[in-house]
This record gives sequence, structure tokens and C-alpha cells, in this order.
Amino acid sequence: MLERIRRLVIKEFLAIFRDPASRMVVIVPPLVQLLVFSFAATLEVRNAGLGIYNEDVGVLGRELVARFEAIPVTFSRVISCSNDQEVREVLDSQQALAIVHIPQDFSRSLESGQIPVVQVLLDGRLSNASMVVQAYIGRIVRQFVQERQLNMPPRHSSVDQIVPVTRVWFNENTSPMWSSVPALLAILTNLVALLVTSLSVARERELGTFDQLLVSPLRPAEILIGKAVPAFVIAYLEGGLMVGAVIIVFGIPFRGSLVLLAMAMFVFLLAIVGIGLWISSLAATQQQALLGSFTYMVPAVLLSGFATPVENIHPIIRWLSDIDPLRYMVAISRMVFLEDPSLDVIVPYVAPLLPIAAFTLFSAAWLFRHRLE
Amino acid sequence: MIRFDHVTKRFSPKQRPALRDVTVEILAGAITGLVGPDGAGKTTFLRLAAGLLMATEGRILVLGEDPRESLNFRDHLSYMPQKFGLYEDLTVLENLQLYARLRGIPQAESQENIKRLLSFTGLEPFTGRLAGHLSGGMKQKLGLACSMLVRPKLMLLDEPGVGVDPISRRELWKIVCEQRDQGVGIVWSTPYLDEAERCDYVLVLYEGQVLFFGQPSEFTARVKGRTFLADVPPHERRHVVRQWLEDPRVVDTRIQGQRVRVVVRENGEDAGKKLPGLRRVTTDPRFEDAFIDALGGIPKERVTFRRNGNHEAVVNGREEVVVADGLVKKFGHFTAVDHVSFRVRRGEVFGLLGPNGAGKSTTFRMLCGLLAPTEGRATVAGVDLRKARAEARRHVGYMAQKFSLYGNLTVKQNLQFFGGVYGLRGDNLRNAIDWALEELELKPFADQNTIQLPLGFKQRLALACAIIHRPDVVFLDEPTSGVDPLARREFWLRIDQLVEQGAAVIVTTHFMDEAEYCDHLALINRGRIIAMDTPDAVRAMVQSPEHPNPTLEEAFIELLIRFGEQEGVETNPNTLLNDEKRSEEKTK
Repeated sequence: MLERIRRLVIKEFLAIFRDPASRMVVIVPPLVQLLVFSFAATLEVRNAGLGIYNEDVGVLGRELVARFEAIPVTFSRVISCSNDQEVREVLDSQQALAIVHIPQDFSRSLESGQIPVVQVLLDGRLSNASMVVQAYIGRIVRQFVQERQLNMPPRHSSVDQIVPVTRVWFNENTSPMWSSVPALLAILTNLVALLVTSLSVARERELGTFDQLLVSPLRPAEILIGKAVPAFVIAYLEGGLMVGAVIIVFGIPFRGSLVLLAMAMFVFLLAIVGIGLWISSLAATQQQALLGSFTYMVPAVLLSGFATPVENIHPIIRWLSDIDPLRYMVAISRMVFLEDPSLDVIVPYVAPLLPIAAFTLFSAAWLFRHRLE
Repeated sequence: MIRFDHVTKRFSPKQRPALRDVTVEILAGAITGLVGPDGAGKTTFLRLAAGLLMATEGRILVLGEDPRESLNFRDHLSYMPQKFGLYEDLTVLENLQLYARLRGIPQAESQENIKRLLSFTGLEPFTGRLAGHLSGGMKQKLGLACSMLVRPKLMLLDEPGVGVDPISRRELWKIVCEQRDQGVGIVWSTPYLDEAERCDYVLVLYEGQVLFFGQPSEFTARVKGRTFLADVPPHERRHVVRQWLEDPRVVDTRIQGQRVRVVVRENGEDAGKKLPGLRRVTTDPRFEDAFIDALGGIPKERVTFRRNGNHEAVVNGREEVVVADGLVKKFGHFTAVDHVSFRVRRGEVFGLLGPNGAGKSTTFRMLCGLLAPTEGRATVAGVDLRKARAEARRHVGYMAQKFSLYGNLTVKQNLQFFGGVYGLRGDNLRNAIDWALEELELKPFADQNTIQLPLGFKQRLALACAIIHRPDVVFLDEPTSGVDPLARREFWLRIDQLVEQGAAVIVTTHFMDEAEYCDHLALINRGRIIAMDTPDAVRAMVQSPEHPNPTLEEAFIELLIRFGEQEGVETNPNTLLNDEKRSEEKTK
């Protein structure tokens, strides 16, 4: 039995690596995706447009405008508007993400020691980006006002003058990449494992070689193992390759234990291979297998806490997130990279993967047998 | 209708041209058969004539126009590709309406046309059925109907008879004949040599070159007086075939029922007499005889086939290695196989014939251990398939229809894989691989990717993979579809020797002349065996004074019709095929 499985595994590796196309598909796209997604899937706001409607004729108003113009990294375009109509147009056509409206009495009230009011209009269609911009604009305006007030004799001590000193742990520069890239690593490893497993049976079905396997003395369980092992190994190595890339290319610190990550990845991939086998027992063609894989991947990523906190998910579907292996792997990967988690912190994330893996693998074996009849 | 003047078509400068220096003229009111194995250039010819490809060299005129200058002739042309693009999710009627609109036929005219075509093709009762639910034969008819909507002057049909059972094939042929009688010019391409014989003209292509163009009778006349049938004791047939083939004077020998068919070289009359045979009868030449003769006969060096491994199999000629006892397979309420029983002994070739999906593939799959029977008992090499399917599979070799091999593995890697999976180890495996490379002449290709092999070699490798573990029973599922006649003959020479060496062979086939190689035939329809006997006896069943010498194909059709009458059901092959279709779908 072991010999038969060995033969099948060898054949499986040969089939993948002797074919230039599938060799490419397995190795290159995940690495490319890692690079592309890391740089694209950033929550920072850059190169945004900003509209300024300055009704103030004073010097201070112009100085405030100059402040905004001085940060081209964030606001590469500063558009001045001269009436409400233009403001509407600029926001409507998405030329600007936000409009800063400086009122007529801005300079006057600042000089008279009052706290001026500045209106900010935001494009709610891009809620995330506009929230980031809102905070940013707020900070700039507040700072500007404070500096002006320091030049004047204090009339009263305002609450605004209390300045909180913040310090971010684990991701000291709050680089969004630090938190997204380790999560992407988990997602892409998931994708590779799922695709290789789900396509391998479907490919044989399409070529007609699957019947040839079934008439051989190979038992269904042996075929299943023979299919699962190569996919597992490929995804595992690919995952390792990506860990290296993450550390070297992105300079993200690796603070935890590699052994821990390797072990967690092992259990995680078992679960994913089980799901891949599920898809491949159901799919009759490679196209179906591909569709099945993506039908699984999209919700798995959305529920994983990659982009939005799991706690924000509506309670009715939050349980789905509890059975999503990716959710645990995303958390583990982030933890191992950015902190050095102790065992008691990480175990609650690794433990749920075990029953999930056991369930997907055994049910896939059951399904596979029953679909053969 | 079509004139080709020294036409050559090359797809890539490195490869041999798909067509080389072809000069022919195709006439109106006649069926011209385009004959040749896969890769001979048939499809290229048709696509050139349809204006879909342009010739590399030479000049083409179709309906008086040069496709390079004008494609107006397409309004009077119908071209049916091998896989006609039917919309599977539309009904028969909707497909016809759609194609009428696509070809810009006015509403009133198209309605009348569709009505005429529906009654003409016998598809009227099925107008509301989805095209995807039609049987292979009906799909072809619908495709033909769609392509005839324009009232063509010229019809180009690419292998309309392939994958279609003999009854549907005969109906297609009838439709085409009626068109011919109205003066339409028809080109019908086919890999079946027996189909070629019925055409008015044939254009025989081989490796892109014209081997012959003219009336089929002229072609067969080339071997007139050189074909014989010899009576040989049944158990010696296979041996005699090979022995005679080694004689340089012989072009071709082949089993035909209880007799051996021999074709000798030129000045053959004497040669025929000198053969160390028994009683001989001169017989009418057939198209295939002439075809093989034109190719120079069966290559002699490929005749012998050493036994795999040095262990002497216990050859007990009487041992029954396959026993099927009252096999039943139900899919839900549908009975795909209904109490089928037969036995196959060592040293015997057993043929399973039947229309598409009559239950033969389901039977086949049960015996291979792919499906569990609902009822009944089946044993292979003494192992009960219900109890130990995996164990039984060890004794079985299986060669699937499409030569299921791993394309990007080398020949050797394929052999290693299949040998290893079947439990061969170490020296045993190495010897078996050497044997396969040697005996099937695959050595030069050992390290080549399988996908690059020519079709005939793929077939050899598929056979090698199926028998590398010395199975007691070899299952062949349409083993020769698409390969050229020489490769097919070679293949059967090998099978014959395998059988002599003690294996049992079960085969399904659409080539009726291939059924001649079988010792016994079972004709299956609607899940039941309606006739089971030797090929000669099956022929004898339908012999009549008007029809003293029926071919197996004729016998097959006749028996199907008789069976229908007995059942008190009108034998409408369409309905019966559709049952099968359903069963096939379920099997998947």
C-alpha cells in the first residue's frame, strides 16, 4: 500500500513540475500576488485630491492653505473652489476626497483669541479613506491653531491644549504593511493548497486518466492520500518561500518562533487540503474546480479578519468565521511576526484548527468514496 | 463544385505539410468520401474548401470563386464541423431558429425550411427537447439540419458518422443521399473504410497526400483476384494469421469470423496457391484490402510479440476467467443493465457491441470494478467483485477509449507509474518496462513526453500500460478509434498473441469489422443481451435468400430491429438511445 502511494505521489510531482505551465502557475503567481497585494492592499491614503474653499481673506487663512499644499504625498492635488457650486462638483466627480472650508472669520477669530471653526466635507462613498483623511485634516488644523495661540497671551486654558502622547506597540510605525503582509501570507498559502488539491483530481477526470487510476489496485483512500501529499508539500514549501520573502523584501520583523509558525501552518494546511479534496470530489472539470476554489476563497478571506476585525462581523454569521481555518492562521501569522507570543496565547488559535482539519479530511474521504459510485 | 489545383497547406515550416500537392475536382450531385486516418488532412481539406483557411500554395475554386478574393460562395455552402456548435441549453427548435437568424434567412422562409428539415431528419417529435439531452446520433442530425437551413449547393461534412451507432449512421446517410439526388454536391469525411465503399467517389488521403481519387470500385479493383478466404481450424486462426503474414508474398491477413482473410501481392494468383494453407476461396475485394495494399502492406517486422516476463502462466484453455451472472445495475428507477450473463475463457476475445449507451459501458465498468452491481455476481480470475474489488482489479488491465496517459510524463515514467501501482517492484518492474519498450517498439521514445507521441504510439503505450502487470483479463474500450488502419491491424496482431499467451480479452467497439476478431460477441440493447454467439453464427441469424452474405454491421442493425419487434415497441433508435444517454449521465 505504501509503495502504491509512493508511486502516485512521485507521479503527481512529475506531472506538476514537468509541465512548464503548471510549474509556473504553482510558483510564480503566489509570489507576484504577495508583492502586488502588499503594495496595493494598503489602508494609507496617498495621492488623494483635496478641495479647499477659502472664504477668508486674511493671512492666516492663506497660511493654513499652504500647510495643506505642503504635503504632496497625501494630497497630490489641491483644488481651490470659490463657491458652493464648485465644492459640490469637485466632491461629486471624485476629484477630491475631502473639502476644507475656511470661513470668512477664520483669521479674525483666531487673532481675537477665539477658537475658529473649519468645516470639512468628506466623500462618504469612500468611507474608510475619508475617515483617515478626516483625522489627518483635523490634526493639521488643530496644530495650526495651537501654534498661533502660543504666540498670544493665554486667555484661558482650553481642553484642546492637552496633547495625548501615543505610542504603538508591535507595529511601531503603524505601517499598514506590517499587519497586512503576514495576513496575506496566510491567504496565499491557503490559495495554493486549495488550487493544487482541487485541480489535481479534476485534471485527471478531464483527461480520462481518473478511470485508469480507479481500475488499478489503488484504493480510494490511497488515491486520496496520493493526491493530498503533493499538494500539501507544495503549499508548505511555498509558504516557507513566502515567509522568507516577507522578511527579506518587506523588512518585516520576525519576532516569534519559526517552529511555532511551522507547526501551526502544518495543521492549517491539513485543514485546507481537506477542503480542496472536497471540491475535487465534487468537480467534474478543472473549470468547476477553479470556480469552487474561488467560491470558497472569497468568503474565507472576508471572514478571516484580514481587512475588517472579526468582532465587527454580524453575530448571525460570526460563527462562520469560527470555522474558517484562515481566520486562525491570519491571527497566528500576525502574532508570530509582530510579537513573540507565548504558548498560552497561541494555543487557543492553533487548537481549533485540529478538529477542523480532522473534519475536512475525513468528510472529504467519505465524500470521495460516495461520489465514485 | 470544388477544384483544388496543386494545393499545399502548411501550418508551420518545421512540420510536414497538412496537405501536399492536392489536385482534385469534386462534382455536383455526388457524394465524395474523404477517407483517411486521423491526421491525414481531412479536416484541413474541408476547412480550405469552406474558406476558413487559405492555401499556402496552389489555387482553390469553390462554386466558381476563389476564397482569397470572395467568400460569397458561403451563402450556398453548408459546413458541419466535427463538433457542431449546438447550444445545449436551447431546444431543438430554438437551435434551428437561432441558426436561421444567424444566417440571415427571412422569417417566412426559415419557418418553412425548419418544418421541412424537421420532418426530413425525423426530429419532429423532439422539437421541445434540449439539445444537450439528445443522443449522439440525434445531435449529429440536428447539426446537419442546422447546416442545411440555407438550402446548400455544396455540403462539407466532417466525420458525421463518428461516435454514432450504426443505425443513426444509416439514417444520416439516407438524409445525405436525398440531398445528392437533388443535385447537391457532398463531401463526407470519414475514418471508416467501410463507409468509404458506399460513396460515389473517394478521395483517399494519407499523411497529407492523395493516395487515390476516383470511384471506390476502381480502388478495390486494384486488388481484384488477390483476396482469399481460407478455412482454418478455429484454434489455429490466430497463429496462421501471423505465420502467413511473415511470407513476403502476403500483403495482409486478418481474421474474419471462422476464416482467415488473405491479400497477396501483385501476380498473386500463384502466390496465393503456394501458401501453406488449407482450403481457399477467392473472395470479393474490400476497400480496406486495397487501402492496406496501397500503403504497402503490414510491416513484417512488427509481427511477433514476446511474452511479458519469463514465468509460464498456467494456461488452461478452458478456465473461465470472467463470469458475469445475472448482472443488474440500476440508477434510481432506470435499469441500465438488466440480467446480463456471460462467461469468457482464457485465450478468448469477447466483444460487447451495442448502440451508444445500451448498457455496454455500464457492464464494462462493473466488470472492471468501477461500479458495484445492484444484483448478480461477477468474478474476475476467481475473485468475487462484490467482496474484493481492489483485489480483483489487480488481475485486470484496462485500456480506456482516449488512451488515458499522463501527457507530460515521459513514456518510461508512465510505465513506471502504472507498473508500480500494479505492484511490480525492483527487477520485476525493470524487466517489465524493458519488455514493454522492446516489444511495443517504444524504445526510441522512452524519454519523450507522451503528449508529443503520434496517435499510433500513444495507443501502443496505452496498451503497454494496461498489460505491464501481466493481467489475466484485458479490457479494451474502443481501443482503436482514430488510429490508422495499419496501426489498428498491428494492434490486433498483438492482442491475438496476448490471447494465445493465455489472457482473456473483452472489447467494445464501433468498428463492425473489428468485431470479426472476436471469438464471441454479445449484442446488448436496452440493458439486455439480445444475441450472443460467434461472429459467423450472428451473421447466420440474419441470413436469408435475398441476403446470402450479410456483413456484421447489417446483422447488427437487423437484430436490433427484430428485437424491437419482439418487444412490441417501435424501434426508434432515438428513444432507445436516450435511455442510454441517461444511464451514461448517471454513470458519470
